Amino acid sequence: MSAWTWLAVALLGGVGAGARFLIDSLISVRAVGDLPLGTLAVNTSGSLLLGLLVGLAVTGNALVLAGTATLGSYTTFSTWMLETQRLAEDAKSPAAVLNVLLSLLVGVGAAALGRSIGAHA
Amino acid sequence: MPHLDRREIAAIFLGGAIGSLLRVWLGRTFSTGVADWPWATFAINVSGSFALAYFATRLQERLPQSTYRRPLLGTGLCGAYTTFSTMQIEIVQMIDHDRYGLAGAYALCSVLAGYLAICAATALVRRVRVIA
Repeated sequence: MSAWTWLAVALLGGVGAGARFLIDSLISVRAVGDLPLGTLAVNTSGSLLLGLLVGLAVTGNALVLAGTATLGSYTTFSTWMLETQRLAEDAKSPAAVLNVLLSLLVGVGAAALGRSIGAHA
Repeated sequence: MPHLDRREIAAIFLGGAIGSLLRVWLGRTFSTGVADWPWATFAINVSGSFALAYFATRLQERLPQSTYRRPLLGTGLCGAYTTFSTMQIEIVQMIDHDRYGLAGAYALCSVLAGYLAICAATALVRRVRVIA
């Protein structure tokens, strides 16, 4: 990859992280209950969009920039795990387990759905 | 709309840019075949979880309040370094190739290892006595 492509990886990664912060903030202030819905919304929408790119047969540098850099940075694994562990620590184990299972189920479903939509577009 | 602090957003942007570079570089250096065990994503997610718990616990419970360290290191760097979407697509591709056992094992091991990494980093930070 060229230096310009690496520069774009950095810039788009910053954009993805910023978008995650904004959407997470918007949803978290409205959320009720124990589940971290902001992270769930970000991870689900990001998985749907990455599935869409793969379904549309986007490859090469375009997939690296739009997918790996932007959506990879937009979605997050570490925050999902940290929020899950903090729930368990607060004696909210059912919510912690639900947060893991729901995220995975909806995440895989969203990625598969996005890909299917992209493949038929 | 919550109040937006421009410097906070800048810190998240900078951290996210570095996290993105690291992840893309590691992914290209240690690339694996479609529907094979994605070692790069796995190692990134587990190591990034450890780092996030370390930073978050230290910043919240050990260090004086700082406005920009958490957005830079936590939300930006660790948030962007680790990824959820790539992991989901990898699982979908394993299922496509009828590698159901691998898909289940990958999801389970990622969650278990990521969770344990959070516990370990949190315990590590809390174990260190604060010398006042």
